[in-house]
Amino acid sequence: MSKVYIALQDNEESRYIIEAMEEDNPDATVIRQPAMIRVENENKLVIRRETVEEKIGRDWNVQELHMNLITLAGNVDEDDDQLTIEWKQ
Amino acid sequence: MATKLNIKDKYRLLTRDLDWDFDYQDRKEAFPQEDFEGIKITDWSKWEDPFRLTMDAYWKYQAEKEKKLYAIFDAFSQNNGHVNVTDARYVNAIKLFLTGVSPLEYQAHQGFAAVGRQFSGVGARVACQMQSLDELRHVQTQVHAMSHYNKFFDGFHEFPHMHDRVWYLSVPKSFFDDARSAGPFEFMIAIGFSFEYVLTNLLFVPFMSGAAYNGDMATVTFGFSAQSDEARHMTLGLEVIKFLLEQHEDNLPIVQKWINKWLWRGYRVLALVAMMMDYMLPNKVMSWKEAWEVYFEDAAGSLFKDLARYGIVMPDYVETIAKEKEHLSHQAWWIFYNFTHASAFHTWIPSAKELDWLSEKYPSTFDQYYRPRFELAAEMEKAGERFYCSGLPQLCQVCQIPMGFTEMDNPTLISYRDSVYKDDRYHFCSDGCKTIFDDEPEKYVHSWLPVQQIFQGNCGGADVETVLKDYYRINMGADNMEYAGSPDDLRWKAWKGVA
Repeated sequence: MSKVYIALQDNEESRYIIEAMEEDNPDATVIRQPAMIRVENENKLVIRRETVEEKIGRDWNVQELHMNLITLAGNVDEDDDQLTIEWKQ
Repeated sequence: MATKLNIKDKYRLLTRDLDWDFDYQDRKEAFPQEDFEGIKITDWSKWEDPFRLTMDAYWKYQAEKEKKLYAIFDAFSQNNGHVNVTDARYVNAIKLFLTGVSPLEYQAHQGFAAVGRQFSGVGARVACQMQSLDELRHVQTQVHAMSHYNKFFDGFHEFPHMHDRVWYLSVPKSFFDDARSAGPFEFMIAIGFSFEYVLTNLLFVPFMSGAAYNGDMATVTFGFSAQSDEARHMTLGLEVIKFLLEQHEDNLPIVQKWINKWLWRGYRVLALVAMMMDYMLPNKVMSWKEAWEVYFEDAAGSLFKDLARYGIVMPDYVETIAKEKEHLSHQAWWIFYNFTHASAFHTWIPSAKELDWLSEKYPSTFDQYYRPRFELAAEMEKAGERFYCSGLPQLCQVCQIPMGFTEMDNPTLISYRDSVYKDDRYHFCSDGCKTIFDDEPEKYVHSWLPVQQIFQGNCGGADVETVLKDYYRINMGADNMEYAGSPDDLRWKAWKGVA
């Protein structure tokens, strides 16, 4: 098993992105560290635009993630509806 | 009404369709560096940019990041943010950052501009262009953030000059010189993989989280803002490796060799970060060892399992590195404690509480090998005999770090390796550095080694003090020497109203 992870700046936008991630990745672990929040999971994490929009209460473009992103590990695939981070093995 | 393009179509139109054919020039002559490293590219169109960022979106998000960042810099300086850090000792980590790391961002800017020109695939060229611009942004924002500290603390005033000359700064500088004097594909692996995936991830994530925990709002903000670009760079670094491996099976041994080499090169530079985390952050977030486990062992372990399908194996010496995590930061700090008179930042003996934290985090090594040393040094200091090493250290020909690291099966024995090349003997700190030299001796015999240069009389002075003062431009007695009693220490105490 391999862990993928993403770390976001701890701020008001990330809060909703993290909430959406918790909903769409029920097995993920959320770790809060000074100024940042790290979400990790076995093999795969997904950030879905629809879920984030529902939580944040406005339109949300997947590329807005760049504003709050700190780091990630895994193969990335991005389109209009979601961003997936995955290890293929 | 025209429908809005989706990300994938937009990326195709605004990236791939910007390429042009060569009708009066031979493509091979237009990209003369693409072949000599032995890398075989059969189809550039297979290049994938996972973030599919186009230039318009790039400018939009980068501009927003900058606006946020500079609003925070203003707030930081308008509110005298420097007095809110935990302890002025911390600022020494930032001095090391500005002199050692920020100039690397500028080197990365130049490096990506140069190699981007050399790729005949448009996807790679656009990605290099963005990364080149990112790196320029990083050095600028770092200089701007730290210019506030320069008004109140010593050691910041000559960072580009020092970067080019000072002995310990030749460690990061020569890392980048090595990468930039390689071919374009090796540069991509060196920087995309080693610098971004391994090095900056440890520097910009756990260390920056530590900066936040020590009240340094300006640094954590530029750090995370830069790292938001690094996430893209790391992804690019991974894509380069996958792309090369998918293009041709003959690329595998070349890529594997570069990964082995650059993991070790990057890891050696991280010795500076290791001691920044364990010794220079008054409030601790995690130890170097813990950070290495999370950001290298777990993350890279997964990465190498992923790359196993192409035949890539874990790099050489990961076992040595795993053993060194118990020792690295202590040995590095000890070197600097000994040579603080020749450095543009201060060192100190950790406080009793900090020594206990180190014992707790390094139960199998700290009390046995390192605590007694620090306790002896503290006693000497108390007796008015603060120790400085008056000699000049022998340097490793490859990583350029003084030979202070030890054998891992005997941590009281300094590790020495050597090779003879064309009748001259060269010295190394480790098997890793020796292997790199033996593979490309013609390159590394040209290393500009600060100590050798001083002895050869190329650093403008017959004695060490003149070299430090005139050639390095260290303000003697202010930038260098022990922290306790330094002008930084005295100013800090005056601001805080303590004796």
